Amino acid sequence: MLYRHLFPRDIFAELDRLHREMQGSELYSSIRGLGRGGFPAMNVGGTPHSVEVYAFAPGIDPATIDVQLEKGVLTIAGERKSDLPERDEKVAVHIDERFSGRFRRVVSLPDDIDPESVEAKYRDGVLHVSIRRREASQPRRIQIQ
Amino acid sequence: MSEKKTVSQAAEASRSEAALIPAVDVIEDASGIVLYADLPGVSKEKLSLQVEGDTLTIEGEVSIDVPEGMDASHVEVNLPRYRRSFTLSKELDTTKVSAELNHGVLKLHIPKVAQAQPQKIKVNVL
Repeated sequence: MLYRHLFPRDIFAELDRLHREMQGSELYSSIRGLGRGGFPAMNVGGTPHSVEVYAFAPGIDPATIDVQLEKGVLTIAGERKSDLPERDEKVAVHIDERFSGRFRRVVSLPDDIDPESVEAKYRDGVLHVSIRRREASQPRRIQIQ
Repeated sequence: MSEKKTVSQAAEASRSEAALIPAVDVIEDASGIVLYADLPGVSKEKLSLQVEGDTLTIEGEVSIDVPEGMDASHVEVNLPRYRRSFTLSKELDTTKVSAELNHGVLKLHIPKVAQAQPQKIKVNVL
């Protein structure tokens, strides 16, 4: 399958996704394979004033998340410790689906961002990075003389 | 500048029942079962845990700060809701479930009923 989801969906959502995929709206061609999922799952959006990046990275100490912006590329890296117990004969692990280990995801940002005004917040397991666009590139109404 | 909204209002309106299935870990030891579920974006107020008969249902609504008028350009978490159900067995005590939600990870502890705690069974060799 072209598009692997970090969160599998229920059957109705899946049918809906197939329907949209057939219409070609979910095909991504980024060289970094942004469309392929992985940990953390990410949503990216933009407004005329800013670019907003959301990384769904639950269960991580915010102090250990490394967020870097260099040459218009945003990198989010860190490590998530496993909650599974050490091997023990009295403990059974029935389901083991949650991601653990090191992660790194990279997003290339548009050219008009201002690398000096970046804000990152972590709440309920979601890292939200907001990068403002440069004033000069924001839409302006041009007066007609 | 920002306002609290769910991931996608359009998705919410047209597919109110569709949900993402959160990843879980389930660990059992002598005292009971511990379940961890990844629910990023779900606050304590938007989390619902329900036991009905022998079915445990975890449901949470994603609520993140989205600035007014944002256009999504890349979306991986594309539904504003998580839901997953589990069938419990009778040795689990559903009246004593304890739950913690920390940084988007739910930790549930479901103890075993007193009688189901382990007893060493002596094997008699005849």
